[in-house]
Amino acid sequence: MTTRYVLVLAGILTLIGLAMFVYKWQVLGLPVDDNQETPTWTVETTIGFESGPGSISVNLQIPTLTPGFATLDEFSVSRNFAFGLNYVGADREAQWTVRRADGSQTLYYRIIVYADPDNDQSDITPPLPIPPSINEPLRTAVEMIVADVSEHSADAASFTAVLLRQINTPSPNPNIELLLAEATTKAAVVRQITTVLASARIPARIIHGIPLQDQQRQVQPVPWLEIHDGDRWRYFNPDTAIEGLPDNFLIWWRGSEPLVRVEGGSSVETNFAVQRNLIDTVAIAENRADVRQSRLIDFSLFSLPIKTQAVYGVLLMIPIGALIITIMRNVIGIDTFGTFMPVLIALAFRETQLVSGIVLFTFLVALGLSIRFLLERLRLLLVPRLSAVLIVVVLLMLITSIITHQLGLEMGLSVALFPMVIIAMTIERMSVLWEERGASEAMRAGLGSMIVAILAYLVMGMSWLEHLIFTFPELLLIILAVVLLLGRYTGYRVSELKRFKALIAPK
Amino acid sequence: MLQTARLLRESGVLGINERNAEFIMRLNPRHFFPRVDDKAITKALAIEAGMPVPELYGSIASQAEVRHFSDIVADRESFVVKPACGSGGDGIVVVTGRSKRKAASYRLANGLLITGNEIEHHISNVVGGQYSLSGNPDTALIEYCVQFDPLFADVSYQGVPDIRVIVYRGYPVMSMVRLPTRNSDGKANLHQGAVGAGIDLSTGRTLRGVLGNDVVDEHPDTGALISGLYIPQWDFILQASARSYEVTGLGYVGVDIVIDRSQGPMILEMNARPGLNIQIANGCGILRRVRRIDEIFDPTADPITRARVARQEFSAEVQGALALE
Repeated sequence: MTTRYVLVLAGILTLIGLAMFVYKWQVLGLPVDDNQETPTWTVETTIGFESGPGSISVNLQIPTLTPGFATLDEFSVSRNFAFGLNYVGADREAQWTVRRADGSQTLYYRIIVYADPDNDQSDITPPLPIPPSINEPLRTAVEMIVADVSEHSADAASFTAVLLRQINTPSPNPNIELLLAEATTKAAVVRQITTVLASARIPARIIHGIPLQDQQRQVQPVPWLEIHDGDRWRYFNPDTAIEGLPDNFLIWWRGSEPLVRVEGGSSVETNFAVQRNLIDTVAIAENRADVRQSRLIDFSLFSLPIKTQAVYGVLLMIPIGALIITIMRNVIGIDTFGTFMPVLIALAFRETQLVSGIVLFTFLVALGLSIRFLLERLRLLLVPRLSAVLIVVVLLMLITSIITHQLGLEMGLSVALFPMVIIAMTIERMSVLWEERGASEAMRAGLGSMIVAILAYLVMGMSWLEHLIFTFPELLLIILAVVLLLGRYTGYRVSELKRFKALIAPK
Repeated sequence: MLQTARLLRESGVLGINERNAEFIMRLNPRHFFPRVDDKAITKALAIEAGMPVPELYGSIASQAEVRHFSDIVADRESFVVKPACGSGGDGIVVVTGRSKRKAASYRLANGLLITGNEIEHHISNVVGGQYSLSGNPDTALIEYCVQFDPLFADVSYQGVPDIRVIVYRGYPVMSMVRLPTRNSDGKANLHQGAVGAGIDLSTGRTLRGVLGNDVVDEHPDTGALISGLYIPQWDFILQASARSYEVTGLGYVGVDIVIDRSQGPMILEMNARPGLNIQIANGCGILRRVRRIDEIFDPTADPITRARVARQEFSAEVQGALALE
């Protein structure tokens, strides 16, 4: 009956723990591995201009919908200017305004993005474009191009592909030559293409993107072609007619509006710089949770102050130590002093390092034991004697630190990190055991405690485990479930197999 | 390893996890524990139930009373000091006589002399809680020192051998005698080095001896043969043990009995967490006997009936204990 309750409870705990773990891992993308970092791109726009006499207003197109990328952070640096964001349709504009400014001005806008394949927010379906009114003789040329291309294509996408191929042939036909006669820049070419597509009643627009490459100081936006096939937006390389976006291509703005509009200023220069950084994946996950409005991460340890986080980094490992103690005592059957003393010793080892920790601990306990035996002759009452042992332990720690420091052994200083009450209790229990059960029994329990402490130290010191528990504290629920199950473990301890071996009934 | 575990399981050997989870937690309600953990209460309950116990000379419950020690033992030649809440025989001092030459000086069971001051220090340690299970302040009991039966003179070294009977739901299921050795310092505790010897429940005759995990035929100090001794007043011992069920309310209890030369068997103490070594001493797992009791358990049976049933059911031959020779 009880066993069934325990099983059910353990099952529920495991389920909750696992579910939260999987959600945070798979959906929020919290890293399971230690030190996992995600590349982020910092794109900085610099706008330089000479200020005119009157008030100045600067409008900059900034990224809104960025397929394949998610925004981690964005900010602007601008002395004296008021900064604001304007939403123009589906697009965004950064706006700086100032009543009066002197000399040359520089404004910065910076955005930090990271690759996020899931981010596939696409724009709304546009209405069918009205055929543009074009003046002759261009009008006839466009009509002939549309008729020609229509003959060779089946739908919007193939129409676009055929059109782009015709435009990019080394010797285009006269109509196309006429169309592109005045298009000197690539952006202008793409704009002319959108005009042809509009005449064919295909919604199309020019998009401008920043190719993300590390350490780029002078980057200019690359025009790209975007058409809507009635179902979704599709991207075309205007030079090669190949569909798709290049790798690491951050769409900055859409449409034919200029990147920057400066009113009240002149000699405008705009420049993009790109920088690749590595940032802790946890920060990305936090941002993602924020975007998804998941409250789970607000209650995670990462929201605590750094100092408190460090404390919990250690505290959260104690359940692991408790699990090890449980297994060692109830399944293996190793004797220890006190129930959780080995865990506390293991925690002290974290500070002192293992070898010097073992040496110091053994040394202190041995020294303390001999003094404890001297105290025994004085016939002190229990509590005063415990206090005396505690004081002696503190003095011994002090002397050890001073002497080893004089000898130039810095490891001796770490002795102060041992929990002295734990040492005093160890000495007391060990001496009582020594007197009553003999030296061998005391040594055995002492050795058992040490072995368990070392094991606990080694497991609790695994950095991937520490990271895992710290990032996913809900895993402690699973540990709790395991401990509960061990609480109903009625099988033999490993040590009992040897102890009772002679009792196996002969067949 | 799993193979060994399976074989042990088939042989009905009880492990410590199973003892704790299935026997102690299920059968021994925690609020009854003080009845056995505090020997002063055990003694009072046993007297009430008409079970024989060593006479209590006096008890010391606080540091201030420690100086009354010499008054309590004023006209006693021998006595035992023990912590009321001690465990495993720790903190017990057996005084067998007084020094002829030095006043206020006592002779211990091992022949050493000890001054009254030293005993008082020990008592104040006991009162301070050094030997108590929980570390809380304790009471020191000063009681009659059992004059052990000459039957065991050859198979014990200084000290009193005692008989442990495991009583399951009121039925004695397994028993052993614990013989002090030089190593155990006169104490009858197996983990302190005493020799354990199983007892055939149906006849009251000792089986082979066990020292640690080794089988021994002779007592390591005296060289006397351990097996084949008949425990006197065996019926009475089983009946007194069976009575512990009513007295303590515990369903799984170890009853410790000593046999006094003049007063016969006396209950020394009871244990709500009896050890598992008794299985080694008997060369036999305890689980089969326990299951047999579950089959034949009769809530209306009185202690005498239960003791008789146990004698019928659990003979060494029937239960497959290792044969003598």
